[in-house]
Amino acid sequence: MGEAIVVTSGKGGVGKTTTSANIGTALALLGKKVCLVDTDIGLRNLDVVMGLENRIIYDLIDVAEGRCRLQQALVKDKRFDELYMLPAAQTKDKNAISPEQVKDIILELKKEHEYIIIDCPAGIEQGFKNAIAGADQAIVVTTPEHAAVRDADRIIGLLESSHVHSPKLIVNRIRTNMVKSGDMLDIEDILQVLNIDLIGIVPDDEHVIKAANSGEPTVMNPESRAAIAYRNIARRILGDTVPLMLLDQKPGMFKRFKKFFGMG
Amino acid sequence: MTVKSNHVTIKGIKDGLVFLLDDKCEFNLLLEELRYKLEHSHQNILTGPIIHVDVKLGTRNVTEEQKQAILDILGQKGNLLVRSVEAPEPETADGTNGLTTMSGIVRSGQMLHHEGNLLFLGDVNPGGTICCTGDIFVLGSLRGMAHAGFGGQEEAVIAASYFAPTQLRISETISRPPDEWENRETSMEFAFLQDGKMQIDKITNIFRVRPDFNVFKGV
Repeated sequence: MGEAIVVTSGKGGVGKTTTSANIGTALALLGKKVCLVDTDIGLRNLDVVMGLENRIIYDLIDVAEGRCRLQQALVKDKRFDELYMLPAAQTKDKNAISPEQVKDIILELKKEHEYIIIDCPAGIEQGFKNAIAGADQAIVVTTPEHAAVRDADRIIGLLESSHVHSPKLIVNRIRTNMVKSGDMLDIEDILQVLNIDLIGIVPDDEHVIKAANSGEPTVMNPESRAAIAYRNIARRILGDTVPLMLLDQKPGMFKRFKKFFGMG
Repeated sequence: MTVKSNHVTIKGIKDGLVFLLDDKCEFNLLLEELRYKLEHSHQNILTGPIIHVDVKLGTRNVTEEQKQAILDILGQKGNLLVRSVEAPEPETADGTNGLTTMSGIVRSGQMLHHEGNLLFLGDVNPGGTICCTGDIFVLGSLRGMAHAGFGGQEEAVIAASYFAPTQLRISETISRPPDEWENRETSMEFAFLQDGKMQIDKITNIFRVRPDFNVFKGV
C-alpha cells in the first residue's frame, strides 16, 4: 500500500505544480514507483511541466465517470518506467468530481504505486477538498512573502482540522541576498508563525523556469541548486536525515577561489 | 404556602447565625422560602437583640439585584445585621476568577470565541481572531486580532507575551497599530481603554488599570 501526499499552498503561483513534478521525479530517480495526480481541473499544468501534454488520452474525470479504466488514463513518463501521471480534465471545472470519487481513485492508485503525489489547485474551495480527500500526508508550499505565508497559515488550519493532521512545510524561491539585506522574510520568521515541521527549502533558481518551459523537471539537472534541494526533500520523505541546504554556498565557493589565489 | 424541600438552612454559630442558601434551586423559590422562614418560624430566635448574620450562597452566581433582594428580605427583621454575603465573585469584577485556560494556535481565518476571561497558551496568527466577553491573556504571540470585552465590558484588557496585533478591540473601541500607539516594544504589554481611547502599557502597570486584580505586595 502506497502513501498519498498532497502538495498544496492556498495561494496561487508559489510553485505547487513545480514542486509536485520535481518531488515526484526525484522519488522516481531514487527508484520508487510514483504516480503524479493533477487535481487542478480546468487549469491543468502538471502535464506541461512534465512534458507529457501530447500523450494524454483520458483524464481524471473520464476515470471518475467510468469512461475508461484507471490504467488507460495513466500517462507513462518518458524518462522513468516507474513514473506515471494522471492528468486533470481541461474542459470541465472543479465541481465535475466529488471528494469521494477522488478518494476511490487514489485508493486504487495506492495499490500499484509507492508514492502518490497530488497536485492541488489554488484556493480553499471544492478543488482543495477534492485534492486532500485521498491524501495521507500534506506538504504546504510557501514563498517568503507575507501574502503566501498568510495563505499557508489558513491552509494549515484547514488541514489540521481535516484528516491530514501534521502537514510539512517547503519554503520555495528563497533569494539569499534579499534575506541577508532584510528585504525578504527569513526561514525563522516563517517557521515562528506557521509552527510546523520544515521538510525543505528551495532557492530561487532560473533553471527551474527553463526546465518547466522545456517540459523537463529541474531535478534532472544536477547543475541546478533547486534540483539538489528537491532531491533532498525526496530523501527526507523516504525518512533519511539530510541537513538543510546552506543558502550562502556561493560566497563559500568564491572564498575558496580567493584562498586559491592567496587572497583569503 | 407550605415548604416541602429545605432550600434555606439556618444555623446558629457562636456569635450569630449562618443562612445557608441552596445553590441549585430556582432563585425565586429561594427568596420565597427565605421570606416564609423569617416570617413564620424561629420566632424566638429572630426577635430580640441584634444578631450578626452570614449569608452563604454556595456556588450560585447572583447579580447585584439578586443579592440586594436577599438583603432586603433579611433587612425586614430589624434585629438581623448582615455581616457577610459569601458568593462566587461575579466574573466581570475579578479577572482571575473564571479564567479559562486554552491552548493551540489560532491560524489565519480561524476564530476563537469565549464567554468570560481567557488565558490562551499559544499563538494568534495574522488573520486569526480571538474574541472574549472578558479579558484576554495570551501566553504566546499575539499577531492577529483580539477583541476583549465583547458585548460592552469597557474595563476588559488584552495582554500578550509578544504583543504585535494587527488590530485590537475592547468593547466598541477599535484601534490599530502602530500609528495610534507610540513607543512600541513588543514584549509583555497589555491594552486597555482610558476615556474611550486605547492605551498600551507594560504588563507591570496592569494593577493601576485593574485594581480588582489581586495585587501582590510582598512583606
